[in-house]
Amino acid sequence: MSMIPVSWYLVLSAILFGLGVVAFVFKRNIITIFMSIELMLNAVNLAFVAFARAHNQLDGLVFVFFVIVVAAAEAAVGLAIIIMLAQNRESLNIERVNLLKF
Amino acid sequence: MIPLPAEQLLNLHRVAPEVVLCVFGIVIMVVDPFVQAAGRRALGWLAFIGALTALASVHLAAHFPGRAYSDLVNVDRFSIFVHVVVIGAASLAILGSLDYLEGEGLQRGEYYALVLFATAGMGILAGANELVTAFIGLEMSSISSYVLAGFRRRALPSNEASVKYFLLGSFATAFFLYGIAMVYGATGTTLISGIQTFLVSLPPSQHLPALAILGLGLIFVGLGFKVVVAPFQAYAPDVYEGAPTPVTALLASAPKVATFALMLRVFYVSFGSAQHLWFWVIWISAVLTMFIGNLGALMQTNVKRMLGYSSIAHAGYILVAFAASTDLGIAAALFYLSAYVLMKVGAFLVVTHLGQQGERRLAVADYAGLGMKQPVLAACFSLFLFSLLGLPVTGGFLGKFFAFQSALDAKIVWLVVIAGINSVIGAYYYLRVIIAMYFWEPSQDYTPTPVAPALSAALLVAAAGTLYLGLLPTRVLVLAKAAADSLSLLSLR
Repeated sequence: MSMIPVSWYLVLSAILFGLGVVAFVFKRNIITIFMSIELMLNAVNLAFVAFARAHNQLDGLVFVFFVIVVAAAEAAVGLAIIIMLAQNRESLNIERVNLLKF
Repeated sequence: MIPLPAEQLLNLHRVAPEVVLCVFGIVIMVVDPFVQAAGRRALGWLAFIGALTALASVHLAAHFPGRAYSDLVNVDRFSIFVHVVVIGAASLAILGSLDYLEGEGLQRGEYYALVLFATAGMGILAGANELVTAFIGLEMSSISSYVLAGFRRRALPSNEASVKYFLLGSFATAFFLYGIAMVYGATGTTLISGIQTFLVSLPPSQHLPALAILGLGLIFVGLGFKVVVAPFQAYAPDVYEGAPTPVTALLASAPKVATFALMLRVFYVSFGSAQHLWFWVIWISAVLTMFIGNLGALMQTNVKRMLGYSSIAHAGYILVAFAASTDLGIAAALFYLSAYVLMKVGAFLVVTHLGQQGERRLAVADYAGLGMKQPVLAACFSLFLFSLLGLPVTGGFLGKFFAFQSALDAKIVWLVVIAGINSVIGAYYYLRVIIAMYFWEPSQDYTPTPVAPALSAALLVAAAGTLYLGLLPTRVLVLAKAAADSLSLLSLR
């Protein structure tokens, strides 16, 4: 049985990353925007794992662990910040976050 | 093989500033719940002592140059220089925060702990020799800054600043990481010196791998967000305006220095052999950054926001020195950064004091007649503004002078011409504030409040530093040159 080539994983990772970017730009709900960032980070993880497999070394896998841990820390802080905004404003629509502008 | 204890001790010496900062931060967090509300101010002083101790321990680290923890951290003159600038900026910001937090009713231990953690992160960033370390440092400083930006929890502008900073900061981090993944895929290593070794060892006939170039581009996007250069600057004025003013003083100065340090390492050391590729990216970004920063500042009536735009413009001037890509350019960038930190923190601390409770008085019109009412404070602010504008006798002037000089030496004439035009545009909005302070009729409803001792000490240090760099630049310049040499020693060029 032949293995799936590494390039397929990379294409998948690029698609996921692209979807994350598109969602970040076009979505209006802050939670959804935050989820799109998580999607981008997971695309990064997939790329690291694929490259680690291609190079046949562990460095890339170690990097993935760091990304996971930091993403968790970021999520904890980020959700707290979002809750704070939701309490003060009672809305999660990014278009209503418009007090500061040019 | 288990390393010898002596080796471990040596490693610990090399990360001493970060260890000190983190220990003080943790102690403050643990002690905080047991301290009465009235005694919280002491925690601020403890943080200040922590920052000073860290500054002293940089001296310790400087005695043990070299790589630590199997090449993860690199202690050289470059990282020492950046450490001193970053920790110095943090100590000034802590001094400036003490009375601000008191007035806003926000005096809490976690504020100081977060400032110390952020500073530790920036220190790690400055000494990173491995992109994993850089990533951890970047995130330590960023995540702490997200919270700090939203520290006025009841104020909507502060909430907004925090959310925008968090969302765009994480977005940028994802780009930075994807860039690292691409570079890793191309070179098989994430060691900054390892990437260089790989790229230099390529046969001359062979082009750079496309994957590495893509990775470098993505890393530029990620770091560009963090140092606030165009076209990734859109969020910065909002964040700088909404965050509590002493936090803005910190955010606009220290992270920029640390991230520029990482950018210098990645671009000069790792991708030094690809200079022909990134030169034009830096060139275009510098031009855009200067114009957007200066033209944006021109239209502001809010002094805090104007200073925010001006800090974008200054990132552009630093990119001019960056584009020179010579030893002199690195030294000029480092000198500029140290002058920039002093004048920017100083200017924002003046705004901190004059904003009064709830940050109500931020418009240019609120500064009318300050020269008559509080002559010393007005003189201080004028000094910082003159330095930002780049008039002689101030550090800002020599910073610009060296930056432009290094670019001229590298035959990048047009960029210097554009930078010169921008300095002239800058004159308009800085002078407007100075004219308001000295020639406008003071408003009747404003009674000046005396400047608290801690804040005035911070202002005094910033003002003295600005003058020192303007009048006796030799010592700092020699250090900056030595730092640049230690970086170019790595770059093998």
